[in-house]
Amino acid sequence: MTFSPQLEERFSKMLTRYPAGRTRSAVVPMLIYAQDETGAITPELVEEIAKRCGVEPLQVDEVVGYYSMLHREAQGKYHVQICTSISCMLVGAEELYDHAKEKLGIGHKGVTPNGQISLEEVECMGACSWAPAVEINYDFHHFVTPQQLDKLIDDLGKAQ
Amino acid sequence: MPKKLYNEPSPLETRVVSKRFGLENSESLEVYLANEGFAAFKKAKEMTREAIIDEVKASSLRGRGGAGFPTGLKWSFVPHTSPKPRVIVVNADESEPGTCKDRLLMEYDPHQMIEGILIASLVVDAHVGYIYIRGEYRYLIEVMDRAIEEAYAKGYLGKNILGTGWDFDLHTHSGAGAYECGEETALLDSLEGKRGIPRMKPPFPAVAGAWALPTLLNNVETFSAIPPIIRDGGKAFADLGVPKAGGTRLVCISGHVNKPGVYELPLGYSMMKAINEVAGGIPNGKKLKAVVPGGSSCPLLKADECDIPMDYDSLAKVGSMLGSGGMVVLDETTDMVKFALRIMKFYAHESCGWCIPCREGTAWLKKILERFNAGHGRHEDIALLGELSKNMLGRTFCALGDAAAMPTISIVEKFAEDFEKRLSREMVAV
Repeated sequence: MTFSPQLEERFSKMLTRYPAGRTRSAVVPMLIYAQDETGAITPELVEEIAKRCGVEPLQVDEVVGYYSMLHREAQGKYHVQICTSISCMLVGAEELYDHAKEKLGIGHKGVTPNGQISLEEVECMGACSWAPAVEINYDFHHFVTPQQLDKLIDDLGKAQ
Repeated sequence: MPKKLYNEPSPLETRVVSKRFGLENSESLEVYLANEGFAAFKKAKEMTREAIIDEVKASSLRGRGGAGFPTGLKWSFVPHTSPKPRVIVVNADESEPGTCKDRLLMEYDPHQMIEGILIASLVVDAHVGYIYIRGEYRYLIEVMDRAIEEAYAKGYLGKNILGTGWDFDLHTHSGAGAYECGEETALLDSLEGKRGIPRMKPPFPAVAGAWALPTLLNNVETFSAIPPIIRDGGKAFADLGVPKAGGTRLVCISGHVNKPGVYELPLGYSMMKAINEVAGGIPNGKKLKAVVPGGSSCPLLKADECDIPMDYDSLAKVGSMLGSGGMVVLDETTDMVKFALRIMKFYAHESCGWCIPCREGTAWLKKILERFNAGHGRHEDIALLGELSKNMLGRTFCALGDAAAMPTISIVEKFAEDFEKRLSREMVAV
């Protein structure tokens, strides 16, 4: 497998960051950056990362199973994450999440039929003082109302 | 244009580590240097390692990640003359519900943290450091990468820093979504490319941490507080707070307040003043019901326990903790059963599953709380929640089990009437 030139450059730097013989350390960051480019973690990608980091595929596979952000199934092009942990919950996050489910017609970890948008109810994202918080791919949105969420989602549709 | 902050600062703040927040291009090295940047490193380079540690001890700085361990003491534990190379690791895996401060320190003032790390490197004689940043904070990994690149380009990182002969390399490292990795030994396993499972201690990371090398591990805010401490002296920092709890800290106020936000307040600041004045009070004239004083793992305080100064001893006296600085305010309308369930859903999801009391305990507590929340609570469940939680305390490798148990015990004991209201109707009839 090969990745984009930018990612190849990032990976070659990553593999030299750690003490000699400790390339296994690059497993988690490599997986998450590779996933961003390929859309999901496939068995082929697991093999590839294992080869590059000098570990057994199983050692990569068990890592994939552990971290919430790593996934084997493709998410939507835009992954909408809504936090419902305590601080967000107190200021309307559950209602916001219900609103999103209804608007998108999908539930937790669902993907719209056109593959554009996926939804996930997530735990604390570190935006407690500016709640409720939504993260779309890697962009944070704070103090989100249902109306603002509608607009964010509609704008994603236009951006396609 | 000055950078727009996520919340308006308060005039009641004492801004030390957040001093540069809001300055135009505050994330650039140029602005950092124009605002006392790297004065502390230059000063530290002329000091002995013992003198630096003494200054940090004099500041009475305690770890800002949650455990509150005295920083100077932690630094003195790292065997700086060990034949093994030393490593510095920054815990930027901020994920305790209620906490959102490290984000700002990296976003607005990355070079302050870099300078703090460099000063620590002089003390433990380390030449490499890793900033472990939670995966959800990708934009901050980019901010830190740019700051690091700029520091290398201008001679503040790399070989022969500022002509002093000191070498130091610094890298970012992405997590991938696991609260458990905020626990220092689980973080080290994750840094090594494994599942984030906590390690048995001892040995402590100071002796055998990342790749079994002596490791100095501190939180983002702890490293960020070092430059002002060295620059203006430990005593000046300590004097801002109260005895035994020096300085200021970032308090993240969230929940039912008019002006939620992250504010820098001196240790020992009045909790009620923080709620009513700094954060603008509770909306719609509602009354206070409870406060989570320092992130979701801290025992909750009832309204009548909140008229206290926010320092370690005062919180300990009422049976809670300052934790990670995440203060969640709950008004009288809050349903404590639902609140307890939300906390438990989090810990049940985040338990790494290694220790049985935590893995099974959080799952059962969640099940019982779900039963209550659905209106099927049984009388004996109230005691069972407390008993189960107490049996988790201290019986796990790391503090996640305690973190799940402590708030639950406090909620069941202090707000039993909320649970009684949710008993199943058949049970009440009996």
